[in-house]
Amino acid sequence: MISLIPILPLLAAGVTALMKRGQRAPAATLVIAAQAASTVLSLLAFLQTLGAEAVHGDVARTYFNFPWLSVGGETLSLGLLLDPLGAGMVLMVSFVSLLIFIYSVGYMKEDANFTRFFCFLSLFSAAMLGVVLSNSLLLTFICWELVGLASYLLIGFWFHKPEAAAAAKKAFLTTRIGDMGFLLGMLWLYSASGTLLFYDHGNGCLEQAALTAIATKTACIGLAVSNCIALLIFCGAAGKSGQFPLHVWLPDAMEGPTPVSALIHAATMVAAGVYLVARMFPIFSATGNVSVALTTVAWVGAFTALFAALIAVAQTDIKRILAYSTVSQLGFMMLALGVGSVTAAMVHLIAHAFFKALLFLGAGSVIHGVHEEQDIRNMGGLRKYMPVTFITYAIGMMALCGVPFFFSGFWSKDEILHVAHQWPVSQLPFFMAAAAAFLTAFYMTRQMCYVFGGSYRGHAHPHESPAVMTIPLGILAGAAVLMSIPATPAWPWFHGYHTGEDIALDFARLIEHDFLTIAGLSIVIVTAGIGIGCLLYRRIGIESQGERASRPFGQETSQALSHTRAGRPCPLDHSNAAPSVDPLQKLLPGLYSALANRLYVDELYNATVVRALGLLGCLAAWIDRWIFSGIVRLVGALSLLASALSDLFDRFGINLGFDSLCGGLRNGGRVFSSWESGRVQGYLRFLSVGAVLLLIILGWLLT
Amino acid sequence: MILTATFLSAFAGAALILLLPERLAQLAKWIALLAALVGLAFAKTAFLGYDNSPAAPHFQFLTKIPWVPRLGISFSTGADGISVVMLLLTGIIAVAGILFSWNVTHRPRAFFAFYLIIIGGVYGVFQSFDLFLLFVFYEIVIIPKYFLIAAWGSTNREYGAMKLTMYSVAGSALVLLAMIATYAVSGAHSFDLFTLADPSKAHFSPAFQAWTFPVMFTGFAVLAGLWPLHTWAPTGHVAAPTAVSMLLAGVVMKLGSYSALRVAMTLFPQGLDQWRIAIAGLATAGIVFGALVALAQKDLKFTVGYSSIAHMGFVLLGLMTLNLPGLGGSVLQMFSHGIIGGLLFAVVGRMIYDRTHTRDIAELGKMDLAKALPFAALTFTVASVASMGLPGFSGFIAEFTILKGSWNSLPLFLIPAGIGVVITVAFTLRALQRTFYPSGGPSAHAHPFDPITLPEKLGALMLMAATLFVGLFPSALLDPILRSFQSPLMHRLIQEAGK
Repeated sequence: MISLIPILPLLAAGVTALMKRGQRAPAATLVIAAQAASTVLSLLAFLQTLGAEAVHGDVARTYFNFPWLSVGGETLSLGLLLDPLGAGMVLMVSFVSLLIFIYSVGYMKEDANFTRFFCFLSLFSAAMLGVVLSNSLLLTFICWELVGLASYLLIGFWFHKPEAAAAAKKAFLTTRIGDMGFLLGMLWLYSASGTLLFYDHGNGCLEQAALTAIATKTACIGLAVSNCIALLIFCGAAGKSGQFPLHVWLPDAMEGPTPVSALIHAATMVAAGVYLVARMFPIFSATGNVSVALTTVAWVGAFTALFAALIAVAQTDIKRILAYSTVSQLGFMMLALGVGSVTAAMVHLIAHAFFKALLFLGAGSVIHGVHEEQDIRNMGGLRKYMPVTFITYAIGMMALCGVPFFFSGFWSKDEILHVAHQWPVSQLPFFMAAAAAFLTAFYMTRQMCYVFGGSYRGHAHPHESPAVMTIPLGILAGAAVLMSIPATPAWPWFHGYHTGEDIALDFARLIEHDFLTIAGLSIVIVTAGIGIGCLLYRRIGIESQGERASRPFGQETSQALSHTRAGRPCPLDHSNAAPSVDPLQKLLPGLYSALANRLYVDELYNATVVRALGLLGCLAAWIDRWIFSGIVRLVGALSLLASALSDLFDRFGINLGFDSLCGGLRNGGRVFSSWESGRVQGYLRFLSVGAVLLLIILGWLLT
Repeated sequence: MILTATFLSAFAGAALILLLPERLAQLAKWIALLAALVGLAFAKTAFLGYDNSPAAPHFQFLTKIPWVPRLGISFSTGADGISVVMLLLTGIIAVAGILFSWNVTHRPRAFFAFYLIIIGGVYGVFQSFDLFLLFVFYEIVIIPKYFLIAAWGSTNREYGAMKLTMYSVAGSALVLLAMIATYAVSGAHSFDLFTLADPSKAHFSPAFQAWTFPVMFTGFAVLAGLWPLHTWAPTGHVAAPTAVSMLLAGVVMKLGSYSALRVAMTLFPQGLDQWRIAIAGLATAGIVFGALVALAQKDLKFTVGYSSIAHMGFVLLGLMTLNLPGLGGSVLQMFSHGIIGGLLFAVVGRMIYDRTHTRDIAELGKMDLAKALPFAALTFTVASVASMGLPGFSGFIAEFTILKGSWNSLPLFLIPAGIGVVITVAFTLRALQRTFYPSGGPSAHAHPFDPITLPEKLGALMLMAATLFVGLFPSALLDPILRSFQSPLMHRLIQEAGK
């Protein structure tokens, strides 16, 4: 039955691919119906895992495997798996997908390639559900690549926009670099354990026998094989989940249509890296809970969380702010995994999926409402024009910031800070995460002030979005709040669900000393972030209104955007009047400009990797043209020379000799032939001379 | 008889076409199509009829007729799993190539006759188990190529044709030299591969193998695009008419890698052992180098041409792993690249160039091809995705098994090969986006092009279906291929050389 969950959207994608461009309603209906069916099946699957009894202290897993191909006695199998880790995720993915598909009907209404869009969406959903349900690292990889392909197609959906085309390529290439690590890790795992199935009645690579085998072997660099494999697989996860230094593609991916950003680049695909690490956690922790692999994951996660939150502070594109926020939140999840808590990571993953999808769809609604404007400096006052969007966006924002107690983000982030605090290796990641949490509250407040506060600064006529878009917003807002119930430490339901332990409701956990400290701290952090944000940006909409109104709409935004996108330093309206300067820019101009330029990582890559590749390409082409082909031409020229020489030799050496020989013969012949002239007198003369000579010789001999 | 029928049908078709009177010249393509379809039918029958059960003999459909008994030459044909896969590839490419040549009106009789002669020769090579016979078929392929490119080709065609022919002939000369030495040294008075590969009947000393192997391998590998002897390929591909580009990339390059495996590697496992690291290095250099050069091309067909070098690098790397996954993956990659390369050349040469008369990527980008020729855009997108080795298509499983094999025996070559894979993505996306999906919107004047014709669609669909089928069900090809490496002829490869 679970095999139908990814197959239904796949079939829908296949059928939609064959539809004509004009068949919009049937395409959307089919895709949404298939997705709805998948969601129902996911829910059933989820309920099934709820009812399942734990066996031998481990969670119940149902899986089935089937052979795909055999290579010399070794069989590569694929399989599907249903366990609590995957079931929660699969429900989230199919549910969020369904909502976003519905939302897309409204958002993409005007697009000429509506049918194709739904085909790609459905393909994505199928591949993503495949990643989640896979019981084989090979199948995971296959679906993983297809997810990447769907992401490529959807980011580049509006390929006529140069930025979209470039962003699609960048996303595909960057993640592909990580995927090479993934592939190598997979090959290593396969050689070391002989299987790529996760669970296979004791023979899977995540089961005890294989884990012991790879944890006890040591590779050439002194690391346990399990850690090497884990680190290589983490490369793939880091690429997909936008972890530093492979994060550069994710903000650019915002060039895709907003539903795509919400679905793929916020809720589901980017979380696949986190899910992969969670799924492979037994390998990451095969040498204990502070293995080299996990420590790396923790540091990368903590660094990414802080780094991306910093950059988000100085962005002006509504979607880019959210994109950096996503990178940062994924960093939080990786941190949770790195310090050893799969549950904390997964709870945050699912909570984040809901509220970040909500924020993106809200942003889409805003963009839609102000006629494709994305620069927050040209918004403002939208609270009045778009009340539903405002309220739902505010809920999403509070969930992301971690406003206590009724928003899921508070509990899930708190749990991550909690586990990071208990990490025996170092306290630094905890402080980095706390700082990132502060910055999150700050930049979200900044964004809220810019977008909804003050009065409108643009020139369009803002309007609320249609119901087909606002209803999914409402549902997601509800989910963002409701998710706080299973996430509270009073009822660590997820923990029990993931580990198979029985969990009772116990409010006493809320007042444990350790918990109180962290919770208190995070309340302080959130309050400080929102407070300082309000302080700085409270008046943003009001004072700049007069200045804005006098300028032609859109001109400076497009300039600013083209500056940013061309990778050149973005002057951020230096040419414009002072009121458009960000308050933070006034306070810390140097830092602000560095942050606005995304700390120059893209420039660094352009200057090094991209340029080196281009130069190498030209060099290789030059070598091919002038050296290898040159040698061929040289050989050709030499053989021409040789033939010319032999021609000369023929003509003047051999021919001359031959000719003179012939000439000699001919002359000789002429002489001889003149002798044979046919005249009797001549013959008689020869005869008489001969007779005389004979007589002389005879006389000489006889004497 | 099934096997012989494959090349007999091609040669018969060629003969029939040459007998056609002038006024029926337009019938040539129909006869060619018919002959190719008959060949495909026989190749398919051989593929499906090949008994893959463990008890079945490794070599099936054997025919052996003495030809020149005094020299030990016989007409010996047969097939193992590798042969049937390559025969199937030949059949598919032959039919597709004719479908993509449907618009040839310049001297069609000569064109299709030469075309069928090449096909016949290729079929012959893939089933010969007599070294001399194999060489004869191998040579039959070379000469018609020259005429096809020189007379029906495009850009720089005489240079391209001559370069390709000279390279082929030079390679053949090396092969001939090594072949005569092999015959003389073996003392078996036979060109029969089974005899020569049997150590009890023909013994080759390690010293002899050490020099004969590289000579013979290089001779064959020239045709497989071994770096740095590859430069004939891009030039030849570009100069050739579409169907010949498809044949070159699709099957002729595979003649090189197939014969290198079938003859050089099989006969001289000890020589192979000494040279394999060097050859693996050249193969990997080909992967990286081919991809890098492709990244810098302005001409779409050159991009595809250099991508062939990169993909054939994987074939050669797989051969050098000398373990089952690597060798099996290598043969699978021969099939996979045959299909995908053929498809790419079909789009570039027939669907695009014949209509736009340019292959300049920047020029093509101005023509809004995604709208003007949506089927061409779709086909090229699918072919690009397959060429990048994405799962679901044949390239993925071939590259995966080759990398798996390298992991076991040539781990150091994995990193550059992996980098090559990433650069392959870079140049493929670059070509795809700039040609079909250029940013900045379409140019002012829309070009009306002739719509894609039915034969083109049929050919493209056939090739896309083939790569998709193998991608989803790789066992269909991989099982017979892998089985063949355990045959009496080949098992020494893994046992002796792999150690």
